[in-house]
Amino acid sequence: MKVAGGVPGLGSSRGVPGVDPEQPLPPPGNRRSRILSVGEPGARSVWVAVASTLVFFGVAAVLIVRSPGWASIKATFFDREVFADSLPKIVGQFSTNVFIFLVAEAFVLIVALVLAVLRSLSGPVFAPLRLLAIGYTDLFRGIPTILVISLLGFGMPALQLQGFPKSEIFWAIVALVLVYSAYVAEVYRAGIESVHPSQTAAARSLGLSRLQSMRHVVLPQAVRRVIPPLLNDFIGLQKDSALVAFLGVIEGLQQANIISQATFDFTPYVSLAIVYLVITIPQTRFVDWLVERDRRQRQGGTQL
Amino acid sequence: MRKFLLGLAVLAIVAAACAPEEDPAEPIDSGGTTEPAPVDAASCAADASLVNDGVLTVGTGNPAFPPWWEGGTTDANKDWEFNDPYLLQGFEGATVGAVAEQLGFSSDQIEFVPVPFGKSFAPGPKDFDLVVQQISYSDKRAQAVDFSESYYEVNQALVSVEGSAIEGATTLDELKGAKLGAPLGTTSFDYVDQNIQPTEEPAVYNDLNGAVQALKNGQVDGIVVDLPTAFFVTAVQIPKGVIVGQFPTVGAQEYFAFALEKDSAFTDCVNLALQAIKDDDTQSAIQQEWLSDKASAPVIEG
Repeated sequence: MKVAGGVPGLGSSRGVPGVDPEQPLPPPGNRRSRILSVGEPGARSVWVAVASTLVFFGVAAVLIVRSPGWASIKATFFDREVFADSLPKIVGQFSTNVFIFLVAEAFVLIVALVLAVLRSLSGPVFAPLRLLAIGYTDLFRGIPTILVISLLGFGMPALQLQGFPKSEIFWAIVALVLVYSAYVAEVYRAGIESVHPSQTAAARSLGLSRLQSMRHVVLPQAVRRVIPPLLNDFIGLQKDSALVAFLGVIEGLQQANIISQATFDFTPYVSLAIVYLVITIPQTRFVDWLVERDRRQRQGGTQL
Repeated sequence: MRKFLLGLAVLAIVAAACAPEEDPAEPIDSGGTTEPAPVDAASCAADASLVNDGVLTVGTGNPAFPPWWEGGTTDANKDWEFNDPYLLQGFEGATVGAVAEQLGFSSDQIEFVPVPFGKSFAPGPKDFDLVVQQISYSDKRAQAVDFSESYYEVNQALVSVEGSAIEGATTLDELKGAKLGAPLGTTSFDYVDQNIQPTEEPAVYNDLNGAVQALKNGQVDGIVVDLPTAFFVTAVQIPKGVIVGQFPTVGAQEYFAFALEKDSAFTDCVNLALQAIKDDDTQSAIQQEWLSDKASAPVIEG
């Protein structure tokens, strides 16, 4: 999910957009109880939820397994032998993805913060910097990531410039940093704007300069608030590291492609999907937990 | 409770909407015991069920690369890049034309559909009767699709550029330290991986153009492709390109074959047609015409 303007699940001292501050928020509860109870309290609603879930997934499973193409799907997508053969190779090459997204994430954190601060600077003298930051985000949020990767990965080495790296992985990381900095800068900006203007005013009245109040008052609060949406963008970046396959790098996806096309079998893609889920689901749960904790902290003492 | 029943009804409707399409009645396989097997391709094809009646629907890659397809693009079929397959020129084009003729189709009864490599072996109903795009036979692949007999026996070759470190290499050992690339889905990569085993991890590009661009950029020292493609790449795509040599066959001779839907009754018809054009020397004439100057290069010793 790309978060542009607002930070979902995170309120500010100005209130959560779309929520009437007069209206008390529903009790937090834990995830499971919210999935099972659909508004009706009591044992009956749980029973209905369980029954309808069983019926729905039961019917879906029967339909899939009894479909005329199931036998060939089973043979070409869920081939035990190909799975056992492909998984270790894919996991091995996946280390390239891990390297790419870890390096990219480190740079994104810095570049995006610079962009967000530039765009948040008030004062007429900073107009050109704001314009640059806006132009940058418009450009790189507007171009599909795969295009940026292809253009840089095949284009930059073609310039044949002295001292320009030729490594595909280098240019892939550059492309991912360019694109994801644009997204993450907007997340940061939402966080910066969620800090009440009175905070800046107070800091300025204490004699801090614009930059000092940004650095010491606004940013510490903003960054803490945007951690969950920022992690969401990082999960997106981790998945997009597979686009590096287009440049010829044998990472997870390209390894799956190789096995798939050598065997005419799609099972390697299932193996790769599992590898991705194993690393992304814990992160998603972690983000959920952060959001939940943040909500509890904000509501502490007032609602419960 | 009413709400619950209503919910169940909704679920049932959703389920009904997802119900599979009726399986089209498939011709019952005679098993070849009661009826005598057809002896010529045309009468075999007359009995076969095709994607479109009365038309041979052929899938191939777009762009249609030389020397497999030739003749350039036409205004009539603008969607096809590099070459218009309807011209039936180039080695594969002419082979399809000759096979179709044996099967009883005139040249205007052939339809071409673009088939990305991955789609040629995807399960489910096909929108083509056969696919021709330099697909190499392998036992494992034959578990997913039907393969015809061979229409071309192929060797892999190494392409590099003038002045490269591997230009003039004559043994596989000289390639150990090279950064090599190959297009995806080809046996070229397998050759690099299994027989050259370079110390630098090879690169695998999604298509030929990616591999060619990387070689031009100097991102790889050389690319491994099949020999006729190597001639095309060095003649057209890379002005400074050189064919370092062709690789010796390791194991069974590699060959290109048509791919058809698994257990297709039409496969036998295609094989009859292929046998016919081999017997009457049409096939060797086609090879002579389109690949004669692209059949050999110095061999890199194992």
